[in-house]
Amino acid sequence: MTGDPQSLSQRLATWARVKSPWVTVFNSGACNACDIEIIACLMPRFDVERFGILAKGSPRHADILIVTGAVTRKQASRLLRVWEQIPEPKYVIACGACGAGGGVFQGLYHVVGDVGTVIPVDMYVAGCPPRPDEIINAVVACLNLMKEDLAQGGKEWRRKAGDTDRKETTPGTVAKDVRV
Amino acid sequence: MAEVMVPIGPQHPALKEPVNFRIYVEGEKIVRLELDLSYNHRGIEKAAEERNFIRVLPLLERVCGICSHSHATAFVKGIEEIMGLEVPARGQYIRTIIAELERMHSHLLWLGVAAHEIGFNTLLMWTWRDREAVLDTLEEMSGNRVHYNMNEIGGVRLDLSEKQVEAAQQRLPVLEERIAQYVDMVSHQETMLLRFRGVGKLSKEEILKYGTVGPTARASGVDYDVRRDDPYLVYDEVPWNVVTDSSGDVYGRTKVRIGELSESLKIVRHCIENLPGGPIRVTSAPKAAPKGEILSRYEAPRGELAHFIRTNGTDKADRLDIRTPTLANWTSVAKALVNQNLADIPVIVAAIDPCLSCTSRMTVIDTGTMAQGSISWEELVRKCRARYGTEVQP
Repeated sequence: MTGDPQSLSQRLATWARVKSPWVTVFNSGACNACDIEIIACLMPRFDVERFGILAKGSPRHADILIVTGAVTRKQASRLLRVWEQIPEPKYVIACGACGAGGGVFQGLYHVVGDVGTVIPVDMYVAGCPPRPDEIINAVVACLNLMKEDLAQGGKEWRRKAGDTDRKETTPGTVAKDVRV
Repeated sequence: MAEVMVPIGPQHPALKEPVNFRIYVEGEKIVRLELDLSYNHRGIEKAAEERNFIRVLPLLERVCGICSHSHATAFVKGIEEIMGLEVPARGQYIRTIIAELERMHSHLLWLGVAAHEIGFNTLLMWTWRDREAVLDTLEEMSGNRVHYNMNEIGGVRLDLSEKQVEAAQQRLPVLEERIAQYVDMVSHQETMLLRFRGVGKLSKEEILKYGTVGPTARASGVDYDVRRDDPYLVYDEVPWNVVTDSSGDVYGRTKVRIGELSESLKIVRHCIENLPGGPIRVTSAPKAAPKGEILSRYEAPRGELAHFIRTNGTDKADRLDIRTPTLANWTSVAKALVNQNLADIPVIVAAIDPCLSCTSRMTVIDTGTMAQGSISWEELVRKCRARYGTEVQP
């Protein structure tokens, strides 16, 4: 996210990005419930394509990463690697109670914790699992956040004063320990 | 020609869940398959030993998001048998209704995924549209689309009102019509015939040898269904048939699942029409279970699910061992893939309706003596941290 946000090329990029965000789903140790609700979003009743949202298989094509589930120890390094592959500017939505705080899996021996302990999260969706309309709402809200970030010239404005933990500049500090 | 290893996963466009396949191929033909399933291992069995029977149910529902009612029912069914509780008829009927609605949503989901794997996305859209009608019914009855949380020890949590029953009855004819369409479609739809027939064939002997369960086994002519052969809930009071097929390929598995859709609909209709009155749960279920051991079997949408429960006189299970149907079916996939085309991997794998979130297991083995043993919670956490690094700072 460098350059003048008011330049023609930046405005064009912003327009394209907000009109059609591409989404990748990563299952970091979920129970499948969030995953099937996300797939249900793509189906005729909810149909996220009317917002230009497209589900993509590769993180290299994605703008938004939706992570479902608490992060298991084995998946932590994979999650970080997938996150690193997404081109900037990237946004992360942690889906469901497990993604936000570990949910029922909090404290289990093979669970690292919530998504925020491994990668920086921009948005949390509550629910176990969240309904498809809530997931769509989160993605649309994330688009507004994207616009706001582009106007402000980065994600820096959202950080509160004295907010040191879970820094976006050092996302790998936790997961590097976990890497096997 | 030399063998080439094709790695797929754990993150891959063709996969919905994290699993790692190492597929050895000679040209386009598959030679063998190696699997790594453990990406989603969370340690639920061990955690279940630490929670009492009330707190353990939400955890067990989250073993799998698609067959959540199956796990909860299999567990409470076992505990109730150890406690000697007689669940009121209305409670049993409601459990059966939820169980069969769950099977319908799971099979419709599977049919869509299988169609997607062969590039037949129209059917994916149709089945998932119809699946919403089932989910609406479940949501009206339980309050949630996916984790219904209907069970508790001694009965169910929520009663069905007249209005809910009426709404469900109105949806059933629509679903029946749509399912009839699928039954008709599978017999002559060219895309399905070409991509499903003769793919991933397994003989009856192989099925029995590898211990395959559920629709995968029934598609190869194994006439076995826990609902009929070891009846639980109210399956012995409801008229229904076990669906089998003799072809043994992906096409047969599709036919069995579509057949089961109509059977499930029949069961739901029968249960709703003959819903008995009375209480939905026992008035005071005991908190602790006496010492005992039980193997609780349940026909989940994917096949036979077994919960082995050992109780020790307290309000917590001493040991819980969950044998999920997908775990039993993986060996048959490794067999079914041999000599098939590389391009048929997605559909052969999808044909067992794999559910990775419930398949990861752990065994403690001393590598020197090969002795197996048990391990305490504290030691398990300590070893896990030592293996994967320090604990995360909040």
